[in-house]
Amino acid sequence: MTGWLRVRLFPGPVNGVVSVLLLAAIVWAMAPVVDWAFISADWFGTTRADCSGAGACWVFVTARIGQFLYGFYPETERWRVDVAALCLALGLAPLFMARAMRGPGLVFGLAFGALVLCGMLLIGGAFGLPYVPTRRWGGLMLTLVVAVVGIAASFPLGILLALGRRSRLPVLRGLCVAFIELWRGVPLITVLFMASVMLPLFLPGGAEMDKLLRALIGVSLFAAAYMAEVVRGGLQAIPVGQYEAASALGLGYWRSHALVILPQALRHVVPGIVNTIIGLFKDTTLVLVIGLFDLLGMVQAALTDPNWLGYSLEGYVFAGVMFWAFCFSMSRLSLRFERRPGVGQEDTA
Amino acid sequence: MRRRSADGHAPAAFLWQALILIAVLAGGAALVFNTLDNLAARGISSGFGFLDDAAGFGVTMSLIPFDETASFARAFVVGLLNTLLVSVLGVALATVLGVAVGLARLSPNWLLARIAGAYVETLRNIPLLLQIFFWYFAVLRTLPAPRGSYALGEVAFLNNRGLYLAWPEAAAGWALAIGLCAAVAVAWSLRRGRRGPAAGAALVTLAALGWVFSAAAWERPQLAGFNFTGGVTLIPEFVALVVALSTYTAAFIAEIVRAGVQAVPKGQVEAADALGLNPAQKLRFVIAPQALRVIVPPLTSQYLNLTKNSSLAAAIAYPDLVSVFAGTVLNITGQAIEVIAITMAVYLSISLGIAALMGGYNRAFALRGAAS
Amino acid sequence: MSDASIPAIVMEGVIRRFGAFTALDGVDLTVAQGERIVVCGPSGSGKSTLVRCINGLERHDEGTIAVNGVQLDGLPRTMQRIRRDVGMVFQQFNLFPHMTVLENLCLAPVKVAGVPSAEAESRARTLLARVRIPEQADKYPSSLSGGQQQRVAIARALCMEPRIMLFDEPTSALDPEMIGEVLDVIVELAGDGMTMICVTHEMGLARAMADRVVFLDAGRIVEQAPPERFFSAPESERTRQFLARILRH
Repeated sequence: MTGWLRVRLFPGPVNGVVSVLLLAAIVWAMAPVVDWAFISADWFGTTRADCSGAGACWVFVTARIGQFLYGFYPETERWRVDVAALCLALGLAPLFMARAMRGPGLVFGLAFGALVLCGMLLIGGAFGLPYVPTRRWGGLMLTLVVAVVGIAASFPLGILLALGRRSRLPVLRGLCVAFIELWRGVPLITVLFMASVMLPLFLPGGAEMDKLLRALIGVSLFAAAYMAEVVRGGLQAIPVGQYEAASALGLGYWRSHALVILPQALRHVVPGIVNTIIGLFKDTTLVLVIGLFDLLGMVQAALTDPNWLGYSLEGYVFAGVMFWAFCFSMSRLSLRFERRPGVGQEDTA
Repeated sequence: MRRRSADGHAPAAFLWQALILIAVLAGGAALVFNTLDNLAARGISSGFGFLDDAAGFGVTMSLIPFDETASFARAFVVGLLNTLLVSVLGVALATVLGVAVGLARLSPNWLLARIAGAYVETLRNIPLLLQIFFWYFAVLRTLPAPRGSYALGEVAFLNNRGLYLAWPEAAAGWALAIGLCAAVAVAWSLRRGRRGPAAGAALVTLAALGWVFSAAAWERPQLAGFNFTGGVTLIPEFVALVVALSTYTAAFIAEIVRAGVQAVPKGQVEAADALGLNPAQKLRFVIAPQALRVIVPPLTSQYLNLTKNSSLAAAIAYPDLVSVFAGTVLNITGQAIEVIAITMAVYLSISLGIAALMGGYNRAFALRGAAS
Repeated sequence: MSDASIPAIVMEGVIRRFGAFTALDGVDLTVAQGERIVVCGPSGSGKSTLVRCINGLERHDEGTIAVNGVQLDGLPRTMQRIRRDVGMVFQQFNLFPHMTVLENLCLAPVKVAGVPSAEAESRARTLLARVRIPEQADKYPSSLSGGQQQRVAIARALCMEPRIMLFDEPTSALDPEMIGEVLDVIVELAGDGMTMICVTHEMGLARAMADRVVFLDAGRIVEQAPPERFFSAPESERTRQFLARILRH
């Protein structure tokens, strides 16, 4: 232990001084933070009168946790969101299991089934479940809906675009390149503005279109372009011999891709796919600029409540911790995936 | 002959392409007709004529003169310049911070490396919009009023109205320019071993810089009534956006720098060690030139991301291109298609322009042929 | 500064571990000024670790190492002082790919030793002539053959005018037809009276230049002797086995 300390913290006089200064700086900076967030903080109560003001007022968060998680979803129906979340977790779990890549059809089928079931649960209007319009959706639940639908739609679309970009049909290739470069070249916020104000103009007879649906279309198309570039990277890493071997076996275009090329290509780019997913998850916060209330949107709205003015720090810290936990665990999961023997390595030779 | 497949046979290929083209054209036509119908129904005329009309609104920050009587086209320029200003400043700060954090992550000092790691993992896993809100609403907006400003000497004041900085007078700007030129001359002369001219230039540099840093050359912010006057004022929206964009992007740049340095083969570092180069020389002459080739392409894409992300300005009403043009102008005129199309075209041309430059850079290095 | 009476290198009880593996297990070795030593042994015996410890590329866990009377203590300043006196040639050449041959040679003399660049350049050109590739001065390493690259690497190390040269398997990464040209250069250097330590499998090199052959096995010095005795009458059984295997071909 002392040897470790000597080598890692005090390898020389300059480094020793740096270490001591850093340690002092950490204590100096973190002590007030810890005091604010934990020691002097108030945790229990229902109104701002329950907060002493010496530290963080977590009452602001606990009092509104329902809205932060479910938005304006009717309180009596919130169990449906919980069940949907559980169902989604169970449906997606096999994707992260070791043998997932051996039977992808079944695994993706299960995940798709879970998504449909979740959608029916949340929307309702059938099986005796009352209908809940999407304008009442919000909070973390809406964040997850946008992220999950965005991923589910952009993944297959991205694969098709990537294949299209490598196609030998010039017209198809040109269209795919244009599509991909257009979306990748502009900020998501302009895409959302476009989805918000232009999509209604595209529909015949001035038909109304659900606001959430518009956002979902925008987010999915945007994410698909990024997904396509990641998948294309994987396709480029596949040696020509694999294509030749597949066609030598008499496999046609679609079957050689489905059975030989894509399974290898996608394994190569798991980290890239996860990065895209994390980016998409963070980007869901942008839906608040077109008037949807995701987790950040709900926090932002709660901050303007005249009864709770002045607690912005608590609100942002809460939202930040939630987002951080999701993104950080996703990136760790992808690291595990990379390190797992046999995945992404066996076919590099 | 990369692939022999269903799309490889000429007649089928032709048919497929014709079908795709027809489908795309038909879809496009349907959209255009629907849109024209809808626009007609709402009484909106299409075209870019509206750009010449008077805007009728003001902005909180502009690099060029702008008032209610200026045209929408001028509002577009105001927004574009504000976007570019935030982007350029953000890129510069993010690069400095990102390189520092990336190198710190590689430090043999365990504590320093861990702090840098914590910075990266925290910042890049929290949505940028949340960070912008944090800086704007939780930090800058809760600062004291001008009378209780945080002051750095007499040259910088920070309060809830923004950041007030002393600014060199026009003459000081010239003096600064002369001083810098003289400094370059000093370096140039010294390199060639010409002591005489170097000493002369050094005198000029000192005189110029001495005057620049004397109090006379600066216009300092003064508290007058309830607010500061004089110097230069950075509105809180601008400060929040620059801080959030640069600290967030720095986390990604740090990872790129780290990966780039680690991509330099271990043998290179050992050879430099064996020759007795000190850490700074090792970095400058051996590691940096080789790491840069790995770093520059992803770094450029981070610069583009920062530029695109600066559009989040709209959420805190910093008057950037999206906020002013795709926000205010669109709402006033209702010219959704034209406005969105122009906005997207601007970002798209920036992206494609930089991509073309990058292509050139990569080809130039490919020509040097020094493979590593 | 050190004088001729101080040994070039003194290693006492040097131990180096990599986790559970012990690469050097108590090495004692004294090298006199001007002595030429060849280190050999089976792969994994710690030969490379031994030479890499001498210029501090590898830190040692226990024991002491003194180079020209200066103790290696791991402090950056000491390391830089020692490295100015110790040149090293690597198995993989490790030339800087982004610099021309001449720039590779001049980098350390100019930046570390503070030699004026004109002088460094003339010194570099002399050395390139000595390793018989004066015409390659302005090329990038990637356009040279392996043998040429290694000769540039030798010239680069010599350009600092070191008092000790370390060679870490200088011919192992070369195609057979290029080994000769590099060996010739090393043997020629050996005639100059410079202290040299060379890790190699080339027994011919040991015969041609070594004052002493050191045989290393499992991190220990098993045997050391002048080449004629080492090859004709090895004392240890393990040395005999090693020589039988390596000389059979």
